[in-house]
Amino acid sequence: MPLILEVEAAYNAAKADPSFQRELDDYLKNYVGRPSPLWFAQRLTKALGGAKVYFKRDELNHTGAHKINSCMGQIILAKRMGKTRIIAETGAGQHGVATATVAALFGLPCTVYMGATDVARQAPNVFRMKLLGAEVKPVTSGASTLKDAMNEALRDWVANVRDTFYIIGTVAGPHPYPMMVRDFQSVIGDEAKVQLHEQEGRLPDALVAAIGGGSNAMGLFHPFLDDASVRLIGVEAAGHGLDTNQHAASLSRGRPGVLHGNRTFLLQDDDGQIIEAHSISAGLDYPGIGPEHAWLHDIGRVEYVSATDTEALDAFQLCTRTEGIIPALEPAHALAHVQKLAPTMSPEQIIIMNLCGRGDKDIFTVAEALGVTL
Amino acid sequence: MSRIAARFATLKAEGRGALIPFLEAWDPDPATSMDILRGMPAAGADLIEIGCPFTDPMADGPTVQLAGRRALNAGATMAHTLAMVREFRTENNEIPVILMGYLNPILSYGTTRFCTDAAAAGVDGLIIVDLPSEEADLMTADAAKNGLDIIRLVAPTTDDARLPLVLAGSSGFVYYVSITGITGTRTASGAELAEAIPRIRKFTDLPIAVGFGVRTPAQAAEAARTADGAVVASALIDNLAASLDANGKAAPNSVRIVLDQIRELADAVRSARK
Repeated sequence: MPLILEVEAAYNAAKADPSFQRELDDYLKNYVGRPSPLWFAQRLTKALGGAKVYFKRDELNHTGAHKINSCMGQIILAKRMGKTRIIAETGAGQHGVATATVAALFGLPCTVYMGATDVARQAPNVFRMKLLGAEVKPVTSGASTLKDAMNEALRDWVANVRDTFYIIGTVAGPHPYPMMVRDFQSVIGDEAKVQLHEQEGRLPDALVAAIGGGSNAMGLFHPFLDDASVRLIGVEAAGHGLDTNQHAASLSRGRPGVLHGNRTFLLQDDDGQIIEAHSISAGLDYPGIGPEHAWLHDIGRVEYVSATDTEALDAFQLCTRTEGIIPALEPAHALAHVQKLAPTMSPEQIIIMNLCGRGDKDIFTVAEALGVTL
Repeated sequence: MSRIAARFATLKAEGRGALIPFLEAWDPDPATSMDILRGMPAAGADLIEIGCPFTDPMADGPTVQLAGRRALNAGATMAHTLAMVREFRTENNEIPVILMGYLNPILSYGTTRFCTDAAAAGVDGLIIVDLPSEEADLMTADAAKNGLDIIRLVAPTTDDARLPLVLAGSSGFVYYVSITGITGTRTASGAELAEAIPRIRKFTDLPIAVGFGVRTPAQAAEAARTADGAVVASALIDNLAASLDANGKAAPNSVRIVLDQIRELADAVRSARK
């Protein structure tokens, strides 16, 4: 507890200090490349026949995903706290790459914990992290995936609390992380709101985003929570199907519990043992979900739906061919739902989908799923 | 008087500290685990700590993680752990038994039902690793109603400002985590303990047991002399694990190896007079 209380106090102090936000804004603009464009996906809109579909293009950020928004905020905080070593957990490797990137930028040593299973299936990202100077530690405990990497990062942190800052990748973990990561990711929704106003002069009718831990969705949704006319839709990974035991749909098929310092919906068995999640997208492969999503689910403000591996693969191909954008498999889940939703809406209505990552990292997985040998 | 309070009072009168060996329930199988538990009092255990297997034991090092994995593979559940204690109580009603585990399996069991069943089985105290003082209300009333002590962890990072909050919800004894880190990885020096224990004593009259990093008879003796007890876990499990065959099955001498090691630890603790 003392270590997370220290982070909370430091974060509250940083939030109250205008120079912190100025420094973050400067890095986001000149290093990350924000604001990311809001793109009217004209051919996709035509192909689906219905609501106008906009993409919030966070895949164009440096490192190719939204993860760096929060890494940048957290490492500036780490520097303010005088921490000299960075650790992180990663699943697909996007958060690990983003963390290794900011650690290189700030000249801090960085250790990334990654499940051994993920190390094997995400070799390009492992090499990227190493090129960036990070040490990648394969985790072989438990099921050797994301949740085990998070366990191992927490173990490292308690052993090295005095000099180490833990950069968590999603809106989960002990307080203040869910709040802090949400705040840093809210730049996505803040920008989208302004950009749509410039392009269309109004609010969107629906926002759609994929959910693993839930950071990209929270970043897009949060600035719109008080706009009651905007439907907010989170898309969980249904893997092989919700009625199989091979999915990552913590809200649809999990129940409340406590893991990694937060109380939220978890995939677990009758004895409270955590069950492995499955998704074709390693970034959605987490058996929990950020606690604020659990709350937004309970109060009914956000609708939570799901898309299967197959639906995501179809959407992935639709996106590449109609828009010339290779999306990551994570936002391909969001697009799979947009495919269902847009035709049910009128051409005057507007959907913004968070295109939160690019798909270069996924081409091997997709090739395998499509039966192509590279 | 609770079994825990009675045991520490007796030890105080004898002028020595407690040896508190640990075993993971159902590691590597129910029968072996039960035999180790049964043999512990005669081997010299003063209190017994039983680990409740969990898929994600965040505070544990590789040794206890693997023990938990073996137990879960053997089919262990919370109900099985309680059944072990219940069976043990049919032959020993004196030695205190403490369960150590993580919150989620307890939540899943139901906190009220868990406290009722644990007390009925003969459990005396609970150590819930990932239940911070701030959220302790979740268990306090049910535990108190059933006469279960809530034993809290105090770490080197628990400073003087936080100690009163942590100790306010503590009963039975205080568990001092002697290192910053996870179980079974590092060891605190005698000098560190000599500084840490008096600091905690300023805030509490409860007995203090030292764990996380107590491995050898000499270390156990030192911890039991400086504090009021020594918890030994990973060092015992390491030997148990080393005795298993290639498929993780217990060998004929697995139980004896662990109990012999407890005897050595107990001899050292008993000869370390305060």
